[in-house]
This record gives sequence, C-alpha cells and structure tokens, in this order.
Amino acid sequence: MTKKMKLSQLGDILQDLDVESLEGVTVEGDIELNITGGGGLNPALAYALGNEISQISLHMANIGRMLGFPAEQLFASAFGLGEMPQAGQLPTSPKIQELLASKFEVAKVDNWKNPIQEVTLGATSGDGGSRKSTVTIGGENALPYYFDAEMPHRNYVTMDVFDMPIGMAKAVKGNYEDVINDPAEWAKKVVRDFNADMVTIHLISTDPLINDTPAKEAAKVVEDVLQAVDVPIVIGGSGNPEKDPEVLEKAAEVAEGERVLLASASLNLDYERIAKAAMDYGHNVLSWTQLEINAQKELNRKLMKQCNVPRERIVMDPTTAALGYGLDYAYTNMERIRLAGLMGDDELTFPMSSGTTNAWGAREAWMVSSPLNQDSDWGPREYRGPIWEIVTGLALSLAGNDMFMMMHPTSVQVLKEITQTLYGSIESEEIDITNWIGAEV
Amino acid sequence: MKINSPLEAYKFLPATNCGECGEATCMAFAAHLIDRSKKLTDCTPILEDKFRKKYEELDGLLAPEIREVEIGVGDKIAKIGGDDVLYRHKLTFFNQTQFAYDVSDTMDEKDLVERVNYIQDFKKFYVGNFLTVDMIAVRCTSGDPAKFAAAVKKVMETTDLPLILCSFDPAVLKAGLEVSKDRNPLLYAANKDNWKEVGELALEYDVAVTLFAPNDLDMLKTLAKTFAEMGTEKLVLDPGTFPTGKQFKQTFTNFVKVRRAGIDGDRDIAYPIMAVPFTAWMAHDDPVSASYWETVVASVFTIKYGDIMILHSTEPYAMLPELHIRDTIYTDPRKPVTVDPGMYKVGEPTADSPVLVTTNFALTYYTVESDIASNKIDCYLWAIDTDGIGVEAAVAGGQLTAEKIKKGIEESGFDLKKDTSHNTVVIPGLAARLQGDVEDATGANVLVGPADSGRIPGWMEKNWPPQNK
Repeated sequence: MTKKMKLSQLGDILQDLDVESLEGVTVEGDIELNITGGGGLNPALAYALGNEISQISLHMANIGRMLGFPAEQLFASAFGLGEMPQAGQLPTSPKIQELLASKFEVAKVDNWKNPIQEVTLGATSGDGGSRKSTVTIGGENALPYYFDAEMPHRNYVTMDVFDMPIGMAKAVKGNYEDVINDPAEWAKKVVRDFNADMVTIHLISTDPLINDTPAKEAAKVVEDVLQAVDVPIVIGGSGNPEKDPEVLEKAAEVAEGERVLLASASLNLDYERIAKAAMDYGHNVLSWTQLEINAQKELNRKLMKQCNVPRERIVMDPTTAALGYGLDYAYTNMERIRLAGLMGDDELTFPMSSGTTNAWGAREAWMVSSPLNQDSDWGPREYRGPIWEIVTGLALSLAGNDMFMMMHPTSVQVLKEITQTLYGSIESEEIDITNWIGAEV
Repeated sequence: MKINSPLEAYKFLPATNCGECGEATCMAFAAHLIDRSKKLTDCTPILEDKFRKKYEELDGLLAPEIREVEIGVGDKIAKIGGDDVLYRHKLTFFNQTQFAYDVSDTMDEKDLVERVNYIQDFKKFYVGNFLTVDMIAVRCTSGDPAKFAAAVKKVMETTDLPLILCSFDPAVLKAGLEVSKDRNPLLYAANKDNWKEVGELALEYDVAVTLFAPNDLDMLKTLAKTFAEMGTEKLVLDPGTFPTGKQFKQTFTNFVKVRRAGIDGDRDIAYPIMAVPFTAWMAHDDPVSASYWETVVASVFTIKYGDIMILHSTEPYAMLPELHIRDTIYTDPRKPVTVDPGMYKVGEPTADSPVLVTTNFALTYYTVESDIASNKIDCYLWAIDTDGIGVEAAVAGGQLTAEKIKKGIEESGFDLKKDTSHNTVVIPGLAARLQGDVEDATGANVLVGPADSGRIPGWMEKNWPPQNK
C-alpha cells in the first residue's frame, strides 16, 4: 500500500480492484456501493462479491488510518478479532459448491452473402434429353454441412469408365475384369451394382500416343454409354491438348441435349472450342486448373466473358492431389476458392468436382508393402487402397467439393455414407455414449 | 492473438535493435511474433525487470486464442490447442492433433504390453521424417481402483508416451494418479455428476482434465467456467463424439461451434477439443467396418478442430491414413512448395552412376530422394523446374517437357557425354510419353524408369548399367 496518498487517488485504487467487472456492483461518485441481485446470487458469485467488497473496505480502512483514524480497532471490535486480517490470508481459490451456470452462444458467419451457383447435370425427355433423372449441385450459402445455412444438395459420385483396358491397382481391377473391354457394360455395372449417381466415360484411347482412336469412333462409345445407362454422364478426353478439342466436339455432338459435363476446358488447350461445343449442343463445361486459384479465376472469366458460357453451365475442377501427395495444397486451394466465392468473388462461385481417383496414384493405396524397411508393416493393401480414396475425397468434401469422380465401389459406398451423414440425410439408431469408457470392444 | 500487425507488437519492444533475438531489428522480430515463428522470450532484454510491465502486456496480447495445454513430461511432452485461426491458410494450425490409442485394465497383461509396444513403435517414413502416434489412453473397464492403478503402472513400465486416465469414478482416477502423478497425465473425465471430486483431483495433482458434456454445449461451458473459477485452466473439452446418423451431424456442428466461439474471443470456451472416434466401435460389430468408420470419424475431426483424440483401431489401414491426414492439415502452408531446380548428388555418384530426372515439387523430390538414398543408390538427380507441379500433372500441363529437361541439365553445367560414361537419362515412368522428345532434344539415350520411385531399386537391378545400343 502506498504510504502517501491523496483522496483524488481513491478512484484509481478502486479501478485497480476491477470493481466494474462485477455484475450487480456499481461505484457511485460519492463512494456509495450499490449492490443488487442479493437473494438471486449463486453462492460462488456471492463469495467473489464478498471478497471484493471486503478488499474495498480494507483499502477504505487504510485511507482512514492515513487520515489518522484508528481503523484497525474498529475492525477488531466489529469482528471480535485480536488483529486485522491480512489480504494475503484470504482464500484465493474458494471451494465451489454449485456449478456456475452458463449459456453457450456463437454467431453465424455474417460475410457469407454470396450463394454458390447451382448447376444441373443431365436432361430428361422434358428438357430435350433422355436421362431418367438429373443431378443438381451447388447452391451453398455456407461451408459444407455448417449450421450457418442449410446445404441445398447432397454430394454426388460419378464413377469412372474407360474406353479401353487400363492399368489399375489390383484392388480396383478385381471389380471390373468382366467389363473391362466393354464401356457400356462397365457403365451399367457401376450404376446397377455400385450405386453410382453418374458415369464418367474417359476417352483415353484417343490420345495419339496411345491408340489415336479417331474422334468419330470415340463418339460411338459415348452413344453406347448413353444407351446403356439413364443417369447423367461426364465425358472426358485423353488429356492430350491437341486432340481433346476435336474429341470433345464430336462427343458433344452425339450427346446433343443430354446436358453432359465436358471434361475439360483448360488454359493449355483451345478452351474456346470446348466451350463452343458445350453451347452448340446444350452441355456443361468443366473448368480445370492446376492448384492455382488465380488461374481458376482467369479460366472461369474467359469462359464467361470470352466464350459466353452462362454461369449455370460451369463446374470447376481445381485439381485433386492424393492424400500424402499434395492433398494439403488441394484441400486449401478448394477451401480458399469456396470461401472467396461465399464472400462475393463472382469468378469463383461455382460448384466443384474432384478427380478423387487420383488417390490410387499414392503408393500407400496400391503397393503390396512399404518400399522402406524402416516402416512398420503396412498391412493388407486391399483395405488400404479404398480408405486412401475415401479420406482423400472426404477431406475435399469438407473444403467444399460437390462432386466426386471415383473408382472403387467400397470407397464410393463409404464416402456416400459419411458425406450424407454430414449432410443430414442418414437416419440411424441413436447411440448412448455417456459411458463409452466401459464399452466392450 | 489480440493484435495482428507487427507495428502493434513493436510498440512494446525495447526498440534498441540489439540483435539478441537473431533479427537485425525489433521491427523484424515483431513480424516474427505476429506470424508466431519466434517467441517473446527470444527477446532477452524485455525479460529485464524494467520492461516487466511491457513484457506482461505484450505476452497477454500475443497469447493464442485457444489455450495451450501440456500433457506428459520430458521429451514426450505433448502440447495441444494454441490455435489462432479457423482456416489453415490464414496462418497455420499449431500443435497437431494428438492420437491416443486405448488399452483397458481388464486386458491380459501380455496383450497389454504387446499392444502398447506396437503403438509406441509404429512409424511411417514421410518426407524426411517418421510419422508416429502419441499417447496411451487407459480405460477403466473393471471398476476397480487397484486394478486400474496396476494397469497404469504396467503401461508406464512399458512406455514413456503420455497417458490419459479414463474413468468417471473419482476413486479410480485417484488410484491412477497416485501411480502416474510424475508423468503429468490427462484426466478423462469430469462430467455434470462427478465434477466436484474430479475437479479437486485435478487441482490436487495439478494435471489437465477433460470436461465431458455429450451434446450439451451449455453444460460444457458451465463446467469450463466452474473449473476456471476453481483455479485451473488446464482444460480439454469433449462435446461428445456420437458416431452415426443425425447425432454425428450434431457432433460436427458442436465442434465447429465450440472452436468458432473460442477463436471469436469467448475465453470461457477457448480450450483444446477432444474427439473420441473410439465410439465407432459402439456402432459397428465387424472390425473392418468399425476400423473404416473410426478412420472416417477421426479424419473429419482432425480436419475440423479436434486437438486430441482417443482411438481403438491399430490396423495399418486405419493408422496410415490418419497419420497422413493429420500431416496434411497441420503442415505449415507457408512452407515452400518447391525445391530449388538443379542437380542434386545422392550418395557419391561417379561417371557410371545413373542420371535421374524428376520435378521440383517438394513432395515429389523428397519422395524420390528418400527412396534412392535409403536404398543406397548413388546417382545424379535433377529437379526440373515445373513450377512445383508433380510429374503426372506437369506432363499433362506442359510444365515438364523435353526442352525443360534439356535446359535443366545444361544449366547445371553438366555434360552428359563428358561427365557420364553412358550418356543416358532416366525419366519418370509417368513421363514415358516424353521419351522420344527427350532423346531428340538431348541426343542422349533415354530410359523410362518406374511409375513409382519406390520401385527404383528393382528397376535398377534389371536395367542398370544400360546395355550399349
């Protein structure tokens, strides 16, 4: 305690006591304490309040002593004590007998004002196509599954079909050996047996460095697939930037009116031709860039401004890297794109698609065992592969991805289960976890 | 953190530019404080008595929004919490999610020791380091304090890993604490019924304690406030992990809400969060389904704000993806994506050693490098400048071309004809389509390597040295 003191410092002392922070206590100008809330106080608060008031009275008494009044005698006689209690002897951690009831509150995000564009894939006979049903993605007003705003559409899975036999991880291949030479049967199988929402036909044999299948011939495969299944489809080229525009033009032509997704327009090929094919024959465009948000903006802008593709016909693929092989970039790239869109960047407000199948490129997904002998045993690969694809997709679903291109039936089943659980459409028996510690496993 | 510009931190620093912290100026040091790459205690002058007030004030302003809690002792000490942001790109997430695997006190002793050893020995090499798991959670399934204490003791004899003591019975927890008090374990858990007794144990033994209020955020906050008032902020919050259906969705919502409130400045709830993917085993009987679902639940809450979790499955197909998704989320996004393009010598290459080509994407480069080095293959390895894009994507996107490879090799001052005896380049299997072009561009023989660098040793046996054409 300061030895010399002026009355004008009184206010400072009281301030140091943090009196304002106590609810129900106000300090008036003429040093009157006004205490409200008496009987309704819970014991802990009452204790804390008592502590503060006692401290204040001690300081007051000290001031009194400085002014020459024997305050200690007053205390002693008032409480029947031999000597004055010291502040340091007051218990600092009171034994609390009752819970300090408290209400949890949290605000919704206030700057997610821009909805993501809705895009419909596939067209029924009423709309000039022949699909039995359509798929609509996008339309979000918040990050996926967040309580801030209801998510209008669930996630969808389109399963890969190739126009020729390709190298696949053993765990994947086992599911397709019977259909590997017949894209139409392959497409039927993924819809009928593996619950695919859509089918992607990849025309990889058109690559001049593979089979150089003519665009016209490849288009026949598209027709076959459209005949074989009645779900919406995605048409992929071979990834060859010289050949793809021609291949996708022919494919778009034979699929006229079906509102397929043409995969893909990118900055390293003649995207104008892809966009024009989509416009001429009534399709959507997949806008594909490589893990670079500014490139994604640039391509979307070019598709809209230069090629006049309407907003409701653009889906983005910002690139999927596998778990352990750059998923951190892919995840954050998507999350940034989605947040930017929600906060008003109109060049990024499009639904997203992920080439989740890329997960199978990770050695952990397909190798029999670790190539490094210091590693612990990797266990059976038939279980490792599908979960690699699931976790890759799941991470991106939380970053805002809408549609998944996938390969393994178990991966598809589990990814649908978890994303639809998060979406809120999976009912299940309630489980009581209050005593989970004692659970037998 | 309550401030976000270096200038705001600078105001509190001595402003002498003394250089003690390793930075040239106090302003540069202030920038490191804001991005959390340096600690305030790195500034030795500010620790002097005359700056005490400024130190304390700045220390308070720099404190992370989510409190940091320590579990364990020594070099196995684990920190959880300490985050300042909701999205990793805004800064980075700190203190990666700690994975605790359960044992129970009714397990056969031999099984228990074997399981603990498996857990503490589990490792997976990745980009220069081993990924490992972190803790043992001892569950009391016997209901017997003595049995529980014995199990805790056995675990401690087997491992230095930090412990979580799991029971709702204060007598059991006390018995466990008596044997493990020197290890700074985490208590699990106080709930609305036992909070008084468990709270006193936490205070008496000065250990962190988990507060468990399944799907009741008001109760969770009530417990947290009460414990803070009782005198401890070494708290971990468990809002309950319900494994399936609508309950799971609610669990997700609870995690997002608690973390958002904490980051937004509600100090009463700004503590690390615990997830218990273990509950997946209460929903699935079949062990493969349970392991799969547990992995999925663990992944969701590794991404969304779980700071510590209790798991059951030790199957590699569960642990490997869990370790990798954690690394994915907690890797600092500010670290460079690329390595410097150019030639790297692996081992001690000679003129007879192979010349391998890959990209300058850091992950690709380090994977290839570790596969080669760990198999003791001497070689020249080129990181070609692909703007940090991996092989397959760079071939598709035109960032990895024959010209780029030619330029990359030439710019290193390396002459394939003079500096090697074989005039041969090995390109990645995923870049096979470039073979002809690279031959034309470099005039060298071009061999196509395996699609995965893990197969380089086997490939070398068959293909190296190259047959003279």
